[in-house]
Amino acid sequence: MVAFLNDPFTWTGSLLRGWLEGLGLAPDLVTFLLQVLGALVLGTVMLLLTFILIWAERKIVARIQDRLGPNRVGPFGVFQTVADLLKLVTKELITPTGADIIPYNLAPLLAVMAVVGIWAVIPLAPTLIGAHINIGVLYVVAIGAIGTLGIMIAGMSSNNKYALLGAFRTVAMMVSYAVPMMIALLIPVLLSGSMDMATIVEAQSPIAFIILAPIAALIFFVSSLAEVGRAPFDLLEAESEIVAGFHIEYSGLKFGMFFVAEFLHAFTISALTATLFLAGWKGPWVELYPLLGLFYFIIKTSIVYFVVIWIRGSFPRIRIDQMNNLNWKLVTPLALAGLIVTAIGEKVAVEYGFNRPGIHVGANAFLFMLTLVMIRFNARAARSRVKGNSVNKAVAASSGSSQGS
Amino acid sequence: MIPLSWYIIVGAALFSIGIYGALARRNALAILMAIELILNAVNLNLVAFWRYLTPNIVAGKVFVLVVFAVAASEVAVGLALIISIYRRRHTIAVEEIDMMKW
Amino acid sequence: MLTLTQIVFLIVAAITLLAAIMVVTSRSMVHTALWLIMTLAGIAVFFVLLNAGFLAVVQVAVYIDAIAIMIIIVVMLTQRSMGSQDRQRSKTWWAAVIAALLLFGGLVLMFAQAPLLGAEAPTLTVGPEALIEELGLALVDVDRYIVPFEVASVLLLAAMVGSIIVAWPGRMSQEQEDES
Repeated sequence: MVAFLNDPFTWTGSLLRGWLEGLGLAPDLVTFLLQVLGALVLGTVMLLLTFILIWAERKIVARIQDRLGPNRVGPFGVFQTVADLLKLVTKELITPTGADIIPYNLAPLLAVMAVVGIWAVIPLAPTLIGAHINIGVLYVVAIGAIGTLGIMIAGMSSNNKYALLGAFRTVAMMVSYAVPMMIALLIPVLLSGSMDMATIVEAQSPIAFIILAPIAALIFFVSSLAEVGRAPFDLLEAESEIVAGFHIEYSGLKFGMFFVAEFLHAFTISALTATLFLAGWKGPWVELYPLLGLFYFIIKTSIVYFVVIWIRGSFPRIRIDQMNNLNWKLVTPLALAGLIVTAIGEKVAVEYGFNRPGIHVGANAFLFMLTLVMIRFNARAARSRVKGNSVNKAVAASSGSSQGS
Repeated sequence: MIPLSWYIIVGAALFSIGIYGALARRNALAILMAIELILNAVNLNLVAFWRYLTPNIVAGKVFVLVVFAVAASEVAVGLALIISIYRRRHTIAVEEIDMMKW
Repeated sequence: MLTLTQIVFLIVAAITLLAAIMVVTSRSMVHTALWLIMTLAGIAVFFVLLNAGFLAVVQVAVYIDAIAIMIIIVVMLTQRSMGSQDRQRSKTWWAAVIAALLLFGGLVLMFAQAPLLGAEAPTLTVGPEALIEELGLALVDVDRYIVPFEVASVLLLAAMVGSIIVAWPGRMSQEQEDES
């Protein structure tokens, strides 16, 4: 019993293995079956977690907007999502005429697959990780972009101009913001020396990476928000914008799959930020009781998810040209500069033995000040340009009216 | 296990299918996709030979990375050219893009 | 009796070759692009079977997540040019079939004469981390492969600048003024 409480994951694994081998199966087959079982459990838990996520989002956004949110179906409205799911399941699945049948049905599967697949490499506890591959960060990047492919296929196969336009805009935004996200992902890899997610978590022993690289954490967080398409970057699915975007022609459970994929993706990027920058499952006494690691991980991910919901309720929506400007003129150069500064700081700190946290914090602070100064220059130039335009227009209007009269 | 000849046959088959696609299709984009098949067959060959003959020397994998970079840049420039041609001639059937300037 | 690895290899090879044949014979450009994605994913599985996991992930990230999406976007932009009703084979496609078959036969004959082809895979002495570390070190080592690495970077930069300039719509307005 004590062994179970200490490390329930390994204990359950060895129990199942002993039982299956007692049935007379070969050890390779047992490993394969256990891996399939683990994948099924992880996928199911993640998809069932969406019930709580959607409910939490609706309640918190409602409170930010000074109203109550769902509170009728079950205590505090907890079963509201179940009711919504039942409604979606019983809707008719309409396929538009002229739509390519196989890509049309494949696209929601790709979107969900891209999100659930990321959970395979996130370390949930010291001894609980789906697949311990040593290129975890690159795998996250590769699988995350399969969602972009699913959205493009959805827009393409719907035989609908608005779906196609919405899909183009979505893919353009996701591909644009994937660039600073990947560069910001390189910084924890640099600081810990490995692309393995478990090693990155272990390398955050005394100090979490959010203190050593706050700019990288901020860039990764903002770029991931744009990748998911959450507010304030949700111009792609807002009803006042291009008529609900790429999933116009989807009804019933297929739309439900896109919906679930988006909410789960928001939770997944919270989990990634918590793992890469907030030291994942680390906390007091976690070496003695690995079950506490899962607990700390859930707490940290929930805090980041709360910040995601908070941002959604507070900021106005960004236009697409503002978004492109923001990406290519601010976020990507900042990410590149952060990468160069972190690399130089790491080299200096390791070679010459200076205080490593001090150098990184100082370098980040310097970069932050530099960015503020440059934003100030840019704003002043833009303001003088606008003022110059209005002065010219006033002069032209007065001279024109004086000539006319 | 799996002898090397199986990988070579798959690579050669992909290469031949790519050659057929590059020679027999009318659409410029389809020719570009067939060229991607050819490059993938080359990559498969390189990695198979690396694994079976010289797994200690890393030159095979470096070559594969260079082929990745070459394929990506070739597709980028090729697609830009196709878009530019489509804007001017309003067609991308390669039989109809046969005059330099009119 | 085939081992499990051999069965997996045969299934993946059949899927990849079938998808490749569909790439070159499909009528609709959208379907061609999707079959291309399946071929690329099959090649990624081959890389995993060959213990080159890093290259498999790079294949997915570069080909499927970048090149395939670009191809699909351009397919959608130029879809009006050739509809599904036009013929998609050139007039001399039979010559292409003969050439492809001759090439395949020639390659197989040539390789059948090489003595090493029945070789089994030698067991790897190092683990996957050491493989990737060695690859990384070789790419930045001055005595080894830093020059191809830098040349590939410059090539990508040149392709980026070149494709932006070629696809720049600015010059089109001049031609429209000339024509009108």
